Amino acid sequence: MAFTLYSLLQAALLCVNAVAVLHEERFLNKIGWGTDQSIGGFGEEPGIKSQLVNLIRSVRMVMRLPLIVLNSITIVLLLLFG
Amino acid sequence: MAQHVSYRQPPKQRGRPPVSNMMDPNQLFDDTSASQHPQPTSYTVQGIDMGLPINNFLSEPVADFAMTYGTTIASQGKDMVHKELNRFVSVNKLKYFFTVDTRYVTKKLALLLFPYTHQNWELGYRVDSRLTPREDFHANAPDLYIPTMAFITYILLAGVALGIQQRFSPEVLGMCASTALVWIIIEVLALVLALYLISVHTDLTTFDLIAYSGYKYVGMIITILAGLLFGRDGYYVALAWTSCTIMFFLVSDSFVLSCLSGNGKNITVPFFTPILPVPS
Repeated sequence: MAFTLYSLLQAALLCVNAVAVLHEERFLNKIGWGTDQSIGGFGEEPGIKSQLVNLIRSVRMVMRLPLIVLNSITIVLLLLFG
Repeated sequence: MAQHVSYRQPPKQRGRPPVSNMMDPNQLFDDTSASQHPQPTSYTVQGIDMGLPINNFLSEPVADFAMTYGTTIASQGKDMVHKELNRFVSVNKLKYFFTVDTRYVTKKLALLLFPYTHQNWELGYRVDSRLTPREDFHANAPDLYIPTMAFITYILLAGVALGIQQRFSPEVLGMCASTALVWIIIEVLALVLALYLISVHTDLTTFDLIAYSGYKYVGMIITILAGLLFGRDGYYVALAWTSCTIMFFLVSDSFVLSCLSGNGKNITVPFFTPILPVPS
C-alpha cells in the first residue's frame, strides 16, 4: 500500500466529486435526505442525519466552482503526464 | 557601512585577486566605497576581460541604492510571507505545542508505554487557557514534539529494518514517508469529520488530533525494535502490548476530554489501532 501525496489528492478530488453530483430533487428527496424535509429542528441536538444533510448541501454549494477548476487541471495533467 | 563590509566578506575575498589592477584608478576619487566596490565586479571579472567599462558603470551610489532597495524588498517579502502563513496556520498556537522540556518528554514517554497506573488524567487550565506542556505537572497536555520526532524515527527505523532484509533503496525511504504522512492526513480528516457529525463541542483543536494521531508512532517504534531484536515472536508480542497500551492511553485521554465538553454525551471515539501502517 504505497500511497503518495498525489494519490491522496486524487482520492479526495474523486470523493468531493461524488458528493457534488448528488442531485437535490432527483435523488436526495427520494431517499428522504433532502434539505427541505429536515430543517425543522432548531433544538439543541441536531443529530447525525441532519448534520450529514447540511454537510452535503454546503459541499455542493461551496465547491461547485472550485471543482470545475480542479477537475480541469487534473484532466489536463493526466492527459499530459499519464 | 560597516555592516555591509562584514556581510560582503566572502565574495570580496573571492573577487580580490583579479581586481587588484582595477581598484587603483577607482580609489583615487573616493575611498568610502573602496571596500564595497569589488562586490559588483566579483561576478564580471571571473571570466571576462571586458568587465572594465562595466565596473565604472556600477558606481557607488547605484550600488548603495540597489542594496538598500534589495533589503527593503526582502523585509517586505518576509512580512508578506508571515502574514500569509498566519492566515492558514496560527503560528502562536503551533508554538504552544512545541514548548516542552526534558522532564515532560520523559514523563510523557513513560505514560505512552505504561499508562495503566496513571491516576490523574485531567488537563490543567490557567485562567481558561490551556497549560503549556512545560508547565503541566502530570504531563497530560498534548504536544507536537514527540509525534514529530517519533514519525521521523519510525521512518528511519523502517529503512533500517528494510536494509537488514536487503530490500533497501533510497526511494523506499521517501515512499515510506509519503505513505505514513498520507495515513496521518486520512486519520485526522476522518476524526475531524466524525467529531463534526456527532456535533460535540469540545476544545479539541485540529492540532490536538494530529498530536494524538502521532503518539501511536512511539508504540510502532517499540514494535519494530522488538521485531528486529527478538524476531517474529517478539514483534507480535510487542505489537499486541503497544496496541493495547496506545488504545488505553487514547481512550482515557479522550474520555477526560469528552467529560470536559459539557455536552453530556458520553463519546468513545474509535481511534484507529496501530495495526494499519505496518511496514513489510
